[in-house]
Amino acid sequence: MTHFTPETPDQVREAVAWAVSEGAPLSVRGAGTKASVGRPINTSHELDLSRLTGITLYEAEELILQAWAGTPMSEIEAALSARNQRLEFEPPNYAALLKSDKGAGTLGGAVAANLAGPRRIKSGAARDHFLGFEAVSGRGEDFKSGGRVVKNVTGYDLCKLMAGSWGTLGVMTRITVKVMPVAEKQRTVLLATDDPETAVRALTEGLNSPYDLSGAAWVPTAIAARSGLSLISGQGSGVAALRLDGPGPSVEYRCEKLRQMLGVHGPTDELHSRNSAGFWREIRDVAPFSASDDLRAVWRLSTAPSEGAALYGSVMALPGAEAFLDWGGGLIWLAVEGAGDAGAEAIRTALQAHGGHATLIRGGADLRAAVEPFQPLKPGVRRLTEKIKQAFDPSGVLNPGRMYDGV
Amino acid sequence: MQMPEPDRGAIARREEIAAALRAIVPGEGVIVDEDERRPYESDGLSAYQTLPLLVVLPETVEQVSQVLRYCFENGIKVVPRGAGTSLSGGALPLEDGVLLGLGKFNRILEVDYDNRCARVQPGVTNLAITKAVEADGFYYAPDPSSQIACSIGGNVAENSGGVHCLKYGLTTNNLLGVQIVTIDGEVIEIGGKHLDSEAYDLLGVMTGSEGLLGVVTEVTVRLLRTPETARAVLLGFETSEAAGDCVAKIIGAGIIPGGMEMMDKPAIHAAEDFVRAGYPLDVEALLIVELDGPTQEVDYLIDRVREIADGCGAVSQRVSESEEERLTFWAGRKAAFPAVGRISPDYYCMDGTIPRHQLPKVLTRMNELSSQYGLRVANVFHAGDGNLHPLILYDANNPGELEKAEDFGSDILKLCVEVGGVLTGEHGVGVEKRDLMGTMFSEADLQQQQRLKCAFDPGGLLNPGKVFPTLHRCAELGRMHIHKGQMPFPDIPRF
Repeated sequence: MTHFTPETPDQVREAVAWAVSEGAPLSVRGAGTKASVGRPINTSHELDLSRLTGITLYEAEELILQAWAGTPMSEIEAALSARNQRLEFEPPNYAALLKSDKGAGTLGGAVAANLAGPRRIKSGAARDHFLGFEAVSGRGEDFKSGGRVVKNVTGYDLCKLMAGSWGTLGVMTRITVKVMPVAEKQRTVLLATDDPETAVRALTEGLNSPYDLSGAAWVPTAIAARSGLSLISGQGSGVAALRLDGPGPSVEYRCEKLRQMLGVHGPTDELHSRNSAGFWREIRDVAPFSASDDLRAVWRLSTAPSEGAALYGSVMALPGAEAFLDWGGGLIWLAVEGAGDAGAEAIRTALQAHGGHATLIRGGADLRAAVEPFQPLKPGVRRLTEKIKQAFDPSGVLNPGRMYDGV
Repeated sequence: MQMPEPDRGAIARREEIAAALRAIVPGEGVIVDEDERRPYESDGLSAYQTLPLLVVLPETVEQVSQVLRYCFENGIKVVPRGAGTSLSGGALPLEDGVLLGLGKFNRILEVDYDNRCARVQPGVTNLAITKAVEADGFYYAPDPSSQIACSIGGNVAENSGGVHCLKYGLTTNNLLGVQIVTIDGEVIEIGGKHLDSEAYDLLGVMTGSEGLLGVVTEVTVRLLRTPETARAVLLGFETSEAAGDCVAKIIGAGIIPGGMEMMDKPAIHAAEDFVRAGYPLDVEALLIVELDGPTQEVDYLIDRVREIADGCGAVSQRVSESEEERLTFWAGRKAAFPAVGRISPDYYCMDGTIPRHQLPKVLTRMNELSSQYGLRVANVFHAGDGNLHPLILYDANNPGELEKAEDFGSDILKLCVEVGGVLTGEHGVGVEKRDLMGTMFSEADLQQQQRLKCAFDPGGLLNPGKVFPTLHRCAELGRMHIHKGQMPFPDIPRF
């Protein structure tokens, strides 16, 4: 068991080159906060990027930040916050969800997992803010792609490929991301409803209005009751929530318009700055399933937003099921009993009717070995996926099998 | 510009290949006659022309699949083409290659407001998508200047931008799914109506791949709700530095305008002479700043932008008071290319991106190069995101002047890279910037990109000669040089 903790990109390259020459696969990680996501991998060596840290360039007026991949998210967020900026993809912190004690993870981890928070509906995921990188391929060679400007089409967009590849294609050493100003003000309009269909209809009306939502979620009664915010737990009902952010006068105006529009569906209410931020942090970090005694398996289902309510209905029949919706219905967080296949087959069968995919985000190693945590691939995509892996990591030394068998 | 050595065997088999393709695409879908091939000899980069081996215009996905399979099995090169508006020669034909035109795929298949998306065929024009949904209050955000003509399939291939990129992103940020056909004829669905595509982000990889990885046969685009209102401000400055400073301060104040464009004096004059947009003629730099969104927000931000502009020494300010006036402000900018075309027999449009703060340095250096080459240059600039479009004025009838313009263009792009920018912000590499790729990427970087190409197209049959300055065989790229060695860095910390 060798545990590499490189402090320079040259050391990363040396470690990978060694792994190639020895035929010794590496598990690649940042802080290790998401180490329990994906198929269990059987490697006796670890490449730990948590000492390759530091912000190397931050130009607030150019809206860019560049840092070594192992830089803690807490450090990135502190630097941005000092200039009243943020990462617009609203990276979640899954530490509590995944029962990890390793903080909020690293920038490299956020990008490699292509994280996205509730603002996904408006601003996209990590991939949409990822401008450039330097990396070491599974061949043990340095390569880079992208740049430090927001508009760039020079060569293939390898940033998109690296985002969401979970360290299976290359070890990113340095990352450049786009940053954005923090909105002046935020407010959340609440609509009390227990019915997922009414909720999705209301969220759709909000998303299709000109009021520019930056969040659109729904929690059922039982989950609302567990919220840390009294304005949510005291509703005595499920709650659809629609977030608005932007300049002050604009947010006030849109909030009023939205409440008028949604009033036909039931009573409305609103959350102001701190309460609003607190609620969306709960949604972002999957707080409803993060209690220390909650040992259920947790799935993340991505589907067409209009299908959210129907899919919710079909997966709620699973034992111990509890779920809430984000992304206007397009994202379902589902907790189920971890016994058997934890609903894998039922969930994926249900998805066939609605489109989309399901990922097991939390589950014991036995479960993750028994079911495919990442959605099984259709043959054409499977073939391209294997060939891409071959092109970047022909010896299979980087997180082999973490996403799919043989990849 | 060198293209790969043509395959004389393929050229000799033109009639045989045509017959085989006619069996797949009946009727007039296969064009062999030289006069009829002539309209396809170049794209928007008209300085380069090549007659294709032949042209095939399939009408169904099945036909595309069979055409590609035939070419794959017979080792024939294929150049995909949408509307042919590429400014980088992405659809430049090959004399030994089949030109695969997707123009007949011109239907909007589905508009789905509940999921805020539309499923369209690749030959639909960019603007036609917005036209189809605007009555219902929606639009498709990326708006390249050629939007009236360019096709959405081409937009995917080039990852096209437009003036609204800073706020709304490029094509890649506005797609949900594509259907592609790979060179061996396999039809593959990527993404759908959900927001995150699963597995490796093949949707992101296809976008901007310039027709080298697969042929796009269907696209699912995101639709956005049309903002309640949009207003524009025209701001004139005595120096480009002051204008650049104003751009930085607007963004620094946390304002992300829907569009923020800059024009220099030659561009202002050319545009004003052409469309009478009411631009001030006595300024060195003009900014058009457009704010869109709810009425209250736009009015509030317009006031803040005006205050910032005052602080930056703007010598003229005009706010659009009607939709008509706003469109007039834009008319000059949108017509800048043809306007420059009126003052010069030919012009060559460049497309580098720079970190914005480097603008004064780049403009100064560009003026020096202009004197050195003896060619005039007009600049339009997507100021918000640092994307420069210098228009080099030349006369192709003067011997050597095209070459001089190309050299001047290369120098500008090298300068962009030197100051921390990139070779192309939205027009693509194509053949135009292919030989400059080495200024931005190492040989190892380019080889890794080509290995991705090998995963999709191991025979190198799709659009060869574009993007990469040197072609390598996939077998050669796949070779590994493994050195059995010591444990690396014996001194690095490990546990």
